[in-house]
Amino acid sequence: MLEIKDLRVNLEDENKEILKGVDLSVEAGKVHAIMGPNGSGKSTLSYVLSGKDGYEVVGGSVKLDGLDILEMEPEERAAAGLFLAFQYPVEIPGVGNMTFLRTAVNSQRKARGEDEISATDFLKQVRERAKSLQIDAEMLKRPVNVGFSGGEKKRNEILQMAMLEPRMCILDETDSGLDVDAMKLVAEGVNALRDAGRGFLVITHYQRLLDHIKPDVVHIMANGKIVKTGGPELALEVENNGYSEILSEVA
Amino acid sequence: MAIKQQKFDPIEDATFQVANKNRGWSQKAREGALKRLSTMGMPSRRDEYWKYTNPTELLTEKLSVSPVVGLEDANIFSELDALKIVFCDGVFNPDLSDDLAAENIIISRLEENGDLHWAKNYYGLLEEKAQRPVSRSLAALNTAIASDGALIHVKGKVEKPIQILGIRNNTAEAILHHVIKVEKDCSITLLESGPFAKRLNSVMEVFLDEGASLEHIRAQGRDHDRLAVTHVFADIKENAKFKSFTLSANGMLTRNECVLTLSGDECAAHVAGASVGDGKSFHHDDTVFITHDAVACESRQVFKKVLRNGATGVFQGKILVKEGAQKTDGYQISQSLLLDEDSQFLAKPELEIYADDVACSHGSTSGAIDEEALFYLCSRGISKNDAADMLTLAFLAEAVEEIENDKIADIIVEKISAWLSRRRN
Repeated sequence: MLEIKDLRVNLEDENKEILKGVDLSVEAGKVHAIMGPNGSGKSTLSYVLSGKDGYEVVGGSVKLDGLDILEMEPEERAAAGLFLAFQYPVEIPGVGNMTFLRTAVNSQRKARGEDEISATDFLKQVRERAKSLQIDAEMLKRPVNVGFSGGEKKRNEILQMAMLEPRMCILDETDSGLDVDAMKLVAEGVNALRDAGRGFLVITHYQRLLDHIKPDVVHIMANGKIVKTGGPELALEVENNGYSEILSEVA
Repeated sequence: MAIKQQKFDPIEDATFQVANKNRGWSQKAREGALKRLSTMGMPSRRDEYWKYTNPTELLTEKLSVSPVVGLEDANIFSELDALKIVFCDGVFNPDLSDDLAAENIIISRLEENGDLHWAKNYYGLLEEKAQRPVSRSLAALNTAIASDGALIHVKGKVEKPIQILGIRNNTAEAILHHVIKVEKDCSITLLESGPFAKRLNSVMEVFLDEGASLEHIRAQGRDHDRLAVTHVFADIKENAKFKSFTLSANGMLTRNECVLTLSGDECAAHVAGASVGDGKSFHHDDTVFITHDAVACESRQVFKKVLRNGATGVFQGKILVKEGAQKTDGYQISQSLLLDEDSQFLAKPELEIYADDVACSHGSTSGAIDEEALFYLCSRGISKNDAADMLTLAFLAEAVEEIENDKIADIIVEKISAWLSRRRN
């Protein structure tokens, strides 16, 4: 479903290569995890996939269901089914969470040539999905992420994911800043969305999130490349031995 | 008659007008204003108070006649059930206006002859007081030669909002002077909209008795060639509440002055403005002067401006806390969202405090659209234009939220959204 081939990316302002030929395929229905030390290029990969400014793709390709997404604007990628759960969700004063969610859902529907969701259906869906993430009515009314705790922000990301029903979900360090209970809640939200038609790419520094979101495939990323790929046991290896052993092994 | 080419002198012109027409009960006040005006002279760019706005265009004689803007276009509040007082080319128009007779309120026009009128003791009073410490010559000029205006005396509960509506037909200039007096514990919602003329000089004097309240919501828009100088003066007594909000769009040169005196204990004054400007010819100036002269009063100023394509925004806001005005709570914020590098925002916030137990804060910022927020919205499928409009509206929201009446606030938001999306095409 998501096919990344030999992706090479520079920081736009400096001639510095961050991604040095990333190869990765995520199949529908599977959860892939990317682990790696700080500065290995994990977050850059998530930003490049979602279309953030400031990066220059100098080589390779990224296809979502066969479509070249690197040519698309961020909103077109979203409508095509790509979703990034941000490591640091942005606070937007003055824009109500509900208004934001509804505009997003309807913008995507419009882009796909579908009818807008009715106000009652939308409300019903939001309430239902918010409830399972323990997001109360008050949080829905507030401006997007403003005054939210770290855990609330991450749950709000998962709520957006649940409402937008993307084909391909990328979770960028979703566990950062979460305590064990909050992490469990977020993981449950993600697990509820797992199905045969949807792919996940879970980027994380630690193994602990993967205790809750069980991956099918684990990749280790270092220095802008995928250096090792394996099953869930690879995450445990990282947990027990750290990255240095694996990295010296592949060097 | 010999024709001598001379530079137009507004004071000479006003002197002529006052001397040649007796305006009945308001004549004495007009003569007083003319005297003040002669002493003060007209403003020029050299005056500190006009540092950021060039008054020249507000003072020239000849104006070309402008395109007609009709009633439909002028009334952005048409979906509200309001009692309409319509001025056409600066003169009250009884045919277009509603029946002015209503319960608990007396409405009349300035151009009513005779010698006895309740407004006799109020016309020009606040304008005169507001000439210190800063001269407001254009307001004095208005008192001297105003062609018409609404005189509104509120004596009880008023069912509907009162709306002052302006349309223009063939005259380039309108000089309107309104006086509003709200008796003890009474309240009124006052709407004001319309392109009154190509060049408008308007004064509104508001007297709020104990416990009275007034919410003033004004919309300036549709008239792309607007030159306007407006003054809102208010005297606010004990426990009274004054609120004023202005939406400004389009136009060329607009200077809105608001001069408020909190003269009774525990009263409140809130003044807010949202303006959206596009193009080099757009120049919008909000000048506010709030005097705290009683104990435990609250004042708020919230001004937001969105500027693009070389538009200019100005904010001059002052809070003066007099000796003895303890427990004053004063708040002032002025912010601009600059959508490109050609636009500019000039701000001069001032505090002058002579009491020692007060809380006053002021802030002023200029910034561009938050790129992080823009990307976040786009990453959820919202187009870049829509996302930018959402953030622009969000920026203006803090000012619009100052409007107490939700229905009116919704209309204002709708107008701003429409303006934003029109600009895309």
